[in-house]
Amino acid sequence: MAWFTRNKPSVDTPEQGERHVRTEGLWLKCDGCGQVVWRKALDDNLQVCPKCNFHFKIDAAGRLKLFYDGEWEEFDNNLVSTDPLEFVDSSPYKSRLAATQKKTNLKDALISTGGKMGGRYVHICVLDFRFMGGSMGSVLGEMITRAVERSCEQRVPLVIVSASGGARMQEGAVSLMQMAKISAALMRLDEAKVPYISLLTDPTTGGVTASFAMLGDLNIAEPGALIGFAGRRVIEQTIRQKLPDNFQKSEFLLDHGFLDAIVSRNELKQYLVRAFDFFAG
Amino acid sequence: MDQLEREIAELKAASTGGESKIGQLEQELKAIQPEPEKHPSWQRVQLARHPKRPHSLDYIQRVFTDFHEIHGDRGFADDAAIVCGWAFFEDRPVMVVGQQKGRDTKQKLLRNFGMPKPEGYRKALRVMRMAAKFGRPIITLLDTPGAYPGMDAEERGQAEAVALNIREMARLATPIVVVVIGEGGSGGALAMGVGNRVLMLENAIYSVISPESCAAIIWRDSGKAEPAAAALKLTAPDLQRLGLIDTIVPEPPGGAQEDWDRAAESLRQELRKNLDELAPLTARQLVDQRYDKFRQMGNFFAEAV
Ligand SMILES: [Zn+2]
Repeated sequence: MAWFTRNKPSVDTPEQGERHVRTEGLWLKCDGCGQVVWRKALDDNLQVCPKCNFHFKIDAAGRLKLFYDGEWEEFDNNLVSTDPLEFVDSSPYKSRLAATQKKTNLKDALISTGGKMGGRYVHICVLDFRFMGGSMGSVLGEMITRAVERSCEQRVPLVIVSASGGARMQEGAVSLMQMAKISAALMRLDEAKVPYISLLTDPTTGGVTASFAMLGDLNIAEPGALIGFAGRRVIEQTIRQKLPDNFQKSEFLLDHGFLDAIVSRNELKQYLVRAFDFFAG
Repeated sequence: MDQLEREIAELKAASTGGESKIGQLEQELKAIQPEPEKHPSWQRVQLARHPKRPHSLDYIQRVFTDFHEIHGDRGFADDAAIVCGWAFFEDRPVMVVGQQKGRDTKQKLLRNFGMPKPEGYRKALRVMRMAAKFGRPIITLLDTPGAYPGMDAEERGQAEAVALNIREMARLATPIVVVVIGEGGSGGALAMGVGNRVLMLENAIYSVISPESCAAIIWRDSGKAEPAAAALKLTAPDLQRLGLIDTIVPEPPGGAQEDWDRAAESLRQELRKNLDELAPLTARQLVDQRYDKFRQMGNFFAEAV
């Protein structure tokens, strides 16, 4: 709808405007197979291409709808970064944060929740890539740590759904230390023998992969997700050669022994439910 | 230095016939004010990466006795970018784990420029677990531009190796003292950085991203590393202000590269102090203290709802 306010179609050619909206809004090109896909077909198929099984990105709220039986409760959604470095690049970090908060209606790159999945109460944390690339700063670090501690105390199984470019540069070493804070909490969860499943989605890289995303009792991923530590361009510059197309894709990681399973989006909920039936009894 | 600046200003104000004196004083000022146009953070980056700066083995040689290296991860290889071994610190048995850079070209290649691969981190974890098993304190020395960003490292699970080390260090029931001696390069450093105490040498740096990469992201120009270094707040005083490290270890005047023995002696004193403080703690207390230490890291506030 924003299209109309931006472009103000001339009064005498409303049909043209309509046509444009229809082609822009109802159809889109699949990044997987390159074919034109009807958006409604995507909506009916959990944002997975019916032609090639390409998994489109979905936001945190969309992800939660997929998993929970009904309503869910949110935790710690009032935490805001204090900008410890007073970081300024092309714009100050503070105003960048404020703009992103307004655009996404999120306080930071994560939703921390609890609710019933397959009849069992679970905690699910979902990173939202739209919020500064799902980057991990103080707020995300604190929210996940609290979720882990909550799971530990209440013995509630935990799922963390990752989609992130890694640590948040604008919070410097404070971001880096969130990797340690979260991982230490996961050590306690491990000692408490409460199950944790890490779901890696497209894309999961950097400090997020190198901490909680790789520390699940099960590490699973959606098909075709980019998962890695270093960025593709950095590696190509280091080794001075082109990388194969499937490099750092879910299937590549599975082949090399770093994923327990690749699970399609339409089977994810059932997978998680059965896994917790197994682990949590 | 203040006095020289004042004298120059005074002479310039007087401005009759004092030209040669001004020139002479300005030169004197230049000599004692090293590269005044450079941001102090960038100066520290350069010192942390100084080609003559002591590396892990240089400190190990000076601070510990009877060091015996332990090789290999018992799975894939022996990564020379990390050196581990048992040794004695003033007659105390300790385990030392250090990230190792090379000095000449041959050594640099052997040490992979101090950039560990997964097998390096796995070796470090194996050795640290062994230390915990026998109740020996662990001392880690951090000095890496970062974990190696190569195809083979990705294939062997660089991310998993780093993640596991971080979590498992939190579990080890023995004193752990971490020292950033040069470059603390992001996750690659933190993979050996979860300790009861985190010390930083005066001119060491510790950062989530290199100033060059940061500049490439912000300004699409890795040449603007100097302002990026300033923005990242990566010096030892910065990290202490942010509550991320415990102690700054003083370096000899001009930097550790000027006098390795004095730098090592300075480190020895801080290690002794910290090991003494941790010695009376029980296994439980050590693990809890380490947890609490990292638990409070983060800068946020709660908005009223
Ligand atoms: Zn498709």
